[in-house]
Amino acid sequence: MASVNEPARELTAPAPVAHLGISRRTLGVYLFCYLGLAPVLVLFVYLRVIPIITTLAAGFYNWDMIRPIRVFLGLGNYIELLRDPNFQNALSNTAILAAGSVILGTVLALGLAVTVNARITGAPIYQLIYFLPVVTPWVPVTVVWKWIYDARYGPLNQALAALGIPGQAWLVEDRLALISILIVMVWKTLGYNLIMFLVGLNNIPQEYYEAAVVDGARGSTIFRYITLPLLKPMLLFVVVISTINAFNVFTPVFMMTSDIQGAAAKLVRTLVYDMWENGFRYFRVGYASAEAALLLLIVLVLTLMNMRLFREDR
Amino acid sequence: MVGGTNWLRSLALHSILIAAAALMLLPFVWMLTTSLTPSAEILTPSLRLWPRTPTLQHYWEVVQAAPWLRYFWNTLVVSTASALAILFTSSLAGFIFAKYRFPGRNLLFIIILGTAMIPFESYMIPFYLQMKALDWINTYQGIAAPLLIMSFGIFFMRQSIMTIPDELLDAARIDGATEFYIYRRVILPLSKPALGALAILAVQNAWAFFIWPMIVTSDRSLFTMELGLAMFQRAFTVDYGRITAGSVITVIPVLIAFLILRRSIIRGVTLAGMKG
Repeated sequence: MASVNEPARELTAPAPVAHLGISRRTLGVYLFCYLGLAPVLVLFVYLRVIPIITTLAAGFYNWDMIRPIRVFLGLGNYIELLRDPNFQNALSNTAILAAGSVILGTVLALGLAVTVNARITGAPIYQLIYFLPVVTPWVPVTVVWKWIYDARYGPLNQALAALGIPGQAWLVEDRLALISILIVMVWKTLGYNLIMFLVGLNNIPQEYYEAAVVDGARGSTIFRYITLPLLKPMLLFVVVISTINAFNVFTPVFMMTSDIQGAAAKLVRTLVYDMWENGFRYFRVGYASAEAALLLLIVLVLTLMNMRLFREDR
Repeated sequence: MVGGTNWLRSLALHSILIAAAALMLLPFVWMLTTSLTPSAEILTPSLRLWPRTPTLQHYWEVVQAAPWLRYFWNTLVVSTASALAILFTSSLAGFIFAKYRFPGRNLLFIIILGTAMIPFESYMIPFYLQMKALDWINTYQGIAAPLLIMSFGIFFMRQSIMTIPDELLDAARIDGATEFYIYRRVILPLSKPALGALAILAVQNAWAFFIWPMIVTSDRSLFTMELGLAMFQRAFTVDYGRITAGSVITVIPVLIAFLILRRSIIRGVTLAGMKG
């Protein structure tokens, strides 16, 4: 890239301002750039940069939303967090949901994508149907799934009963509640991953497959040595996005398992839920901010780890 | 390939795809079925895809119990404001980053993109305090505030505007056009497809936003559809006939928009994916 001080282009004959060596035309262009960017930057600073920095700073304070006295604690909030059973529970639940939804969501979507991609009639209709849960907002989705999981009359247990399997306490029993949430998360995001994989598959030149077929390669070999390696950038993208989304999961656990929504359910506490509760139910701004900073750190580290993992074994 | 094996293979593939499609659709079917089933029938152990005696009873009750049209209007106002603000900021900043060189350009671009990976949930508490300081709690501005800018939108518009040839801009300059005139009369008209995709993405994001509207509003007359439905569930916890009827009401506008704009929506989402 050219030096930033170099003007983009000189159209009119430059009329240099002697002492600066910059033409009036260029000054006009700079002025337009800065004036045009000013409102955008003001919004960015006020709506993104300031709250992010405040979060990072607030984590070191004992700061209550109701009493405006702030006491510097250093790492106090972080030490308390690591000992907090709610935080530990939230961290382990979130990690399980993230790992589960990333692995299941990627593998299932990849399988379906390869199937849909096999030049089949009606492929657009399948895509449309798989995409329905993606465009439907979380709240109505969770309302229906909560009813599906209803232990007494819900369709899922009715279906199991018809098959002679005893009904399960889906959202009530500890581990089952976690699995129930995981299933909904995979159901909701599968179509998105699928579409992304289809884009990736379409970008693979057809000649590669033709050459492989000429060489007598079988389906599984082609998948292993052509499809998978060439799909790697998209695979990385899907894994990173799924990880970030899973670590920020809030609406499904709030709607389906929180006592606030009047559920006869076992709360599946996630990091964002715990953060929201500390911040907006108990008004512990500092404590919740420390938690937010940890969430940020975790997401950042996981993203970098994924990038290494997918780049290294090239 | 032999015709026979081709036919078998096709059957196998379709079986897998149809089974998966059924799993995707069943929750929607249940939403509709339950909303049409009389309360007494819902609470009898039976597994039916269609009620024995379908009724619109729940819909009558639901329409009277909450101002859905008002919720719809609120959601529309917030999404439209968000989309317009994002279209304006993204196209202007995208244009400047794509077509000009000026001191500090790279640094500013990095600041804007750097915040893209940071989820809103992680800084929403200070954000709430800022809104409180502005006295924007329980206002449309307050609900829409986090949705006024989109890092990805700027990046996306920059990529798109970079493909517009410089010669077009230079020709306009020779005719005496100012830079802002070029933005309005050359860049914007040529960016219509990209702006359309971005608008769909912005509306979709705003429409589905839940945690923030819940935090920033307590005034029922400002509820979005998502928030209204959540509050409805809170009030009628296990009255499944009514809450599924409420869900159907909130899902209908989304599904209609999706069926009409399905190509652009799917394309918009895949474009958003390209940022990786």
